[in-house]
Amino acid sequence: MTQRRSYQVGTGLFILLGFAALAYLATQTTSVANFQQGPSYTLKARFSNVGQLKLRAPVKVAGVRIGSVKAIDLDPTRLEATVLLSIDDRFKDLPDDSAAAIFTSGLLGDQYVAIQPGGSPDTFKDGDEFVLTQSSIQLEDLIGKFLVGGGPSKPGDAQDGSKPANPDDNEPGH
Amino acid sequence: MKPRGSSRRNELSMFGDALAQVGACGLFLLTVLAAIPRSLRHIKETIRQIWFVGAMSLVIITTCGFFVGTVLGLQLYYVLSIFGGTAALGTVVSLSLYRELGPVVTALLFAGRAGTSITAEIGLMRATDQLAAMEMMAVDPVAYVAVPRFLAGVIAMPLLACVFNALGIFGAHLVGVTWLGLDNGTFWSNMTSSVDVWTDVVNGVWKSCAFGAVVALIAVFQGYTTAPTSEGVAYATTRTVVFSSIVVLALDFVMTAFLM
Repeated sequence: MTQRRSYQVGTGLFILLGFAALAYLATQTTSVANFQQGPSYTLKARFSNVGQLKLRAPVKVAGVRIGSVKAIDLDPTRLEATVLLSIDDRFKDLPDDSAAAIFTSGLLGDQYVAIQPGGSPDTFKDGDEFVLTQSSIQLEDLIGKFLVGGGPSKPGDAQDGSKPANPDDNEPGH
Repeated sequence: MKPRGSSRRNELSMFGDALAQVGACGLFLLTVLAAIPRSLRHIKETIRQIWFVGAMSLVIITTCGFFVGTVLGLQLYYVLSIFGGTAALGTVVSLSLYRELGPVVTALLFAGRAGTSITAEIGLMRATDQLAAMEMMAVDPVAYVAVPRFLAGVIAMPLLACVFNALGIFGAHLVGVTWLGLDNGTFWSNMTSSVDVWTDVVNGVWKSCAFGAVVALIAVFQGYTTAPTSEGVAYATTRTVVFSSIVVLALDFVMTAFLM
């Protein structure tokens, strides 16, 4: 009887150990560990080119992660990429003239959405859309421009994110 | 002319035998699945089998997981240092463990450690007519002997694979960070930013569930259908290891192609 009880306890311990290992792998070594998804709200941004942006890519302000990319879609009429950003509720006070841009971490790293806060007294509400966006910078285009002399690009060429001083290039969605 | 014809007939009959074996194994799977509700009465037997095939395999699984992790850490550190990308060590080690090495190596070890003992045990029961005696006592041998071992394999394999993975990460961390001097934060943050719960960890768990079912089914089937001699038990044990290794690796290819 004691022997039977001891292997039953042992089996329970084994199953517990297995699930503990699974829980450890799932929470400590995956992207779950990076960001505890609390209550969040959604913002929308249109880009003429999202480059290699992926789902669940980070959204950062001043380099600090405040949310993630929830969905990437193509608007069938305007033929622009629509990106839904899920932002943590703690950061409710983003000014509504903030700009969203797609940057690359490092030269060959993953892409993320950076939000540059504006100065407006009003703040974004759930479901609002960014007015100012800046598309992903394509390395190939930069190299191409460099090789052909870096002249002004044709209108409609969306890859002008390298020159944010020009207001036209700053909002390729308009 | 004559020997050629007869050898062709031999090959044909060998092919037919193999096909019949596969078909019998499939029918046996159906029998086992149908007997699962009846075997719920013997739930204690299932728990005892989980203890036997799962908990008793922990020593070999933890040791092998640790050393696979250390070797992965060393080899990948060497390869990555050629490209100056040693920061990706944690990512590469964890992805290769979760997606492939964890489930597959655990299944191969499981076939060697637990599959053989299941086959030998049931084979000896067959050889000493214990299964026939059970039937005479109105105990269904499929529900009492086969199903608990099959269920134990399906339940224990994913748990063992998770333990294997965790020990592998620990080994790679020991080599990469403690020994070779990689930065601790880089190791973990690169891993956490590129490993996904569902596509990597959970897919590995599904894989190991399937491998556990396949290995346990082959082991139980080989024991159940063994020739009732000592030689027959020996052959059946060998076939368990050979067949389960082949099927696990082939199934791994198929599942990877579908789960990617």
